[in-house]
Amino acid sequence: MTGTGTTTRLTEVLAAARADNRAALVGYLPAGYPSVEGSAAAMRAMVEGGCDIIEVGLPYSDPQMDGPVIQRAVEHALAHGTNTHHVIDNVRAVAETGAATLVMSYWNPIERYGVERFASELAAAGGSGVITPDLIPDEAHEWIAATDRHRLDRIFLVALSSSDERVAYTTRHCGGFVYAASVMGVTGARASVSTLAGDLVARTRATTDLPVCVGLGVSTAAQAAEVAGYADGVIVGSAFVRALLDAPNERAGLDAVRALAGELAEGVRKR
Amino acid sequence: MSSTAQLPDPSGHFGVFGGRFLPEALIAALDELTAAYEKAKDDPEFQAEFTGLLRDYAGRPSIVTEAPRFAEHAGGARIILKREDLNHTGSHKINNVLGQAILTKRMGKTRVIAETGAGQHGVATATACALLGLECVVYMGELDTQRQALNVARMRVLGAEVIPVAIGSRTLKDAINEALRDWVANVDTTHYLLGTAAGAHPFPAMVRDFVRVISVEARQQVLDLTGKLPDAVCACVGGGSNAIGAFHAFIPDEGVRLYGFEAGGDGVETGRHAASITGGSIGVLHGARTYLLQDEYGQTQESHSISAGLDYPAVGPEHAWLHQTGRAIYRPIDDAPAMEAFRLLCRTEGIIPAIESAHALAGAIEVGRELGPDATILVNLSGRGDKDMHTAAKYFDLLDAEAEQS
Ligand SMILES: Cc1ncc(COP(=O)(O)O)c(C=O)c1O
Repeated sequence: MTGTGTTTRLTEVLAAARADNRAALVGYLPAGYPSVEGSAAAMRAMVEGGCDIIEVGLPYSDPQMDGPVIQRAVEHALAHGTNTHHVIDNVRAVAETGAATLVMSYWNPIERYGVERFASELAAAGGSGVITPDLIPDEAHEWIAATDRHRLDRIFLVALSSSDERVAYTTRHCGGFVYAASVMGVTGARASVSTLAGDLVARTRATTDLPVCVGLGVSTAAQAAEVAGYADGVIVGSAFVRALLDAPNERAGLDAVRALAGELAEGVRKR
Repeated sequence: MSSTAQLPDPSGHFGVFGGRFLPEALIAALDELTAAYEKAKDDPEFQAEFTGLLRDYAGRPSIVTEAPRFAEHAGGARIILKREDLNHTGSHKINNVLGQAILTKRMGKTRVIAETGAGQHGVATATACALLGLECVVYMGELDTQRQALNVARMRVLGAEVIPVAIGSRTLKDAINEALRDWVANVDTTHYLLGTAAGAHPFPAMVRDFVRVISVEARQQVLDLTGKLPDAVCACVGGGSNAIGAFHAFIPDEGVRLYGFEAGGDGVETGRHAASITGGSIGVLHGARTYLLQDEYGQTQESHSISAGLDYPAVGPEHAWLHQTGRAIYRPIDDAPAMEAFRLLCRTEGIIPAIESAHALAGAIEVGRELGPDATILVNLSGRGDKDMHTAAKYFDLLDAEAEQS
C-alpha cells in the first residue's frame, strides 16, 4: 500500500502516531531468517503485535554496523540463498498489511543490483523508503535522483559524533524521518539507552521538521517508553532477532515476536 | 597524467573511485584524521620525527640489489630488487605503521587497533605500539590465526592483544569489519591503523604518502646505478600499499611502465583467486568504491591465494583509478608461477622472498621476456619469506614425515 499523492505511507503512519500523541514503533528483521517465507510471516506477526513500521533488512556479507545477534541471522539467511529479489518479496508481503515498509540495506547490494532498478522495484512492491547505514549524503548523488524519481523516502543516519553542520546537512537530504543512532557502536540490546540520545534528537530537531526516530540498543518496553519521551519513533532490531533466534520452532518464534511487539507498543504509548 | 599527483580530490575521490562509504558515526573521526594528517604533512617537526624513525629504527633507506642470475630466467632483462625485506620487521609495512603511530600520538589517542591477514601488518603495528607506548589490539580472522600461528606469537610477545574473529569467512575482510565495529565504539581514544592503501578517505592517500618513500628512493638508486630510469616497475598487489609506494614517484615518468600483479590463486578462470581488478568488478567495500570480488547481488566473495597477504577481495581505490586510466597494468599471477619464482630467487640469489613478493618476481619474469635483454626492471621485494617457511615447506614437500608430525 503506497501513500497518497506525494507523501509516502511512512509519512502517513508517523503523522498518525503524532496525532495519537505517541511514538511509532519500528521493528527490524532481516529477510531470509529463518527462511524467506518465515521472515515474511514474522514481520506480519510484528505488525499484528503493534509495529507501525517494518524495516526489512537486506542480508549482506559485511555488516559493519551490526552486532553478533544480527550477524548470526544474516549469515544464516545468506547461507540459505536469500537475495535481493527475496527482500522485495518480503516488502510486498508486509506492505499488504498496511504497515509502512522500509528496506534497511548497506550500500553495495543496492549499487550492484542497479540503483534505478532497486528503487523502481521497491516502489512497485509498496515500499516507502530505504535506510542506508553506510551511505552518507555526500556519496549519494545517484541515489538521491533515483529515490526522488520513485517517491521513496531516503533515510540517512545522524550520530552522537555528528557536528551540528553535519546534522543539518544530513537532515536536508532525508525524507520520511531522520534516523538518530543513540549510541556510538553497533546494533545489539543494551542495559540502558544512552542519555546522550535526547541531546542528539534535540540537535536534529533544530534543523528539520521531519520526525526523528531513535535506534540502537532498545529492547524493553521501559526503554521504549523512555525513548518515546523525546523521539517520534522507537526502532527495535536485535531484540526481535534474538526472540526469533531463541525460539525452539517457527511457530514459537512468531508468537515471541508478536508478544514482544505488543509489549513495545505499550511502551511507546507511555511517553 | 600530471594531475594524478594531486589526487585524490578534497573529498577523497580518484575519479569515480574512493570516497567514504562508512557509517556517519565514523565521519567525525575521518575528518579529525584528515585534518591531523594535513597538518602533519606540512609540519617539519612531524616529518623530522617520521624520517628519523625510518632511518634510525626501520633502517632506511633500503638498498637495491641487482639480481643477474635470476635475470637469466627473465629474458635477460636487467633486474633490480628494491629490498623492503631488509626493513625492521621484514616488510614495507613498517613505513605506514610508523607514520600512523606518530600521528596517533599527535591526535592524543592512546589506543591503536589494526586488522591483519598474514600477520605482517599486525606485527609491524605491535612493534610501533611497543616503541611509542600505545595500547595495541589486533583483529585477525580465526582461520588466519591458525595459518599464521607464529605471527600471533610475535604480536603477543610485543605486548599486543590478538583477537581471533570467528564470523563470516574468518579471514582478513572479517577482521576489518570487526576492527571497524571496535572503532565506532571507541573512537574517542582509539586510532584505527589500517594496514594498506585502501578504505575510506583519508586512508588511501595517507598510507600512500607514508610508503611513497619506496619509489622516491628507488628512482634515484636506479638512476645512480644505471644512469637512466627503469623501463618497468613490478609490484604485487593485495590491498595495494607496497605497489602504490613503488609506483608513485614514477607516475609522472611516462616512459616507465607500471605493473601490478594480483594473486591469481588457482587461476582467475576457476573463481578461486584474489585478483580484484582482473577478475572482479566495480563496487563498494570497506569504505571505498573500487574493484572487488562480488556476486551478482553485491555480496563479497571469498578470495583465495597461497599468499595470506594478498588474500583480500578488494584493492585500494588509487589502483582502480590507475587501471581505469591505463597508467598502470594489472595482471594475475597464479599460485604455481609465484611459488616457482619464490624458489628461483632463493636458489639463484640467496634471498628468500615473501610469497606476496614472489608474485612480483613471477610478473617480472613475464615482463622481462616481453621487453627483452635491453630492459631494466625494478621489482619491489616487499618482504622477506621467513614467515612463509611453513607454507613453502608444505608446497615443495620439504619436511621429513617426522618433522611434519610435530
Ligand atoms: C610482504 C608483503 N607484501 C605485500 C603484502 C600485500 O599488501 P599490500 O598490497 O598492501 O602491499 C603484504 C601483506 O601482508 C606483505 O606482508
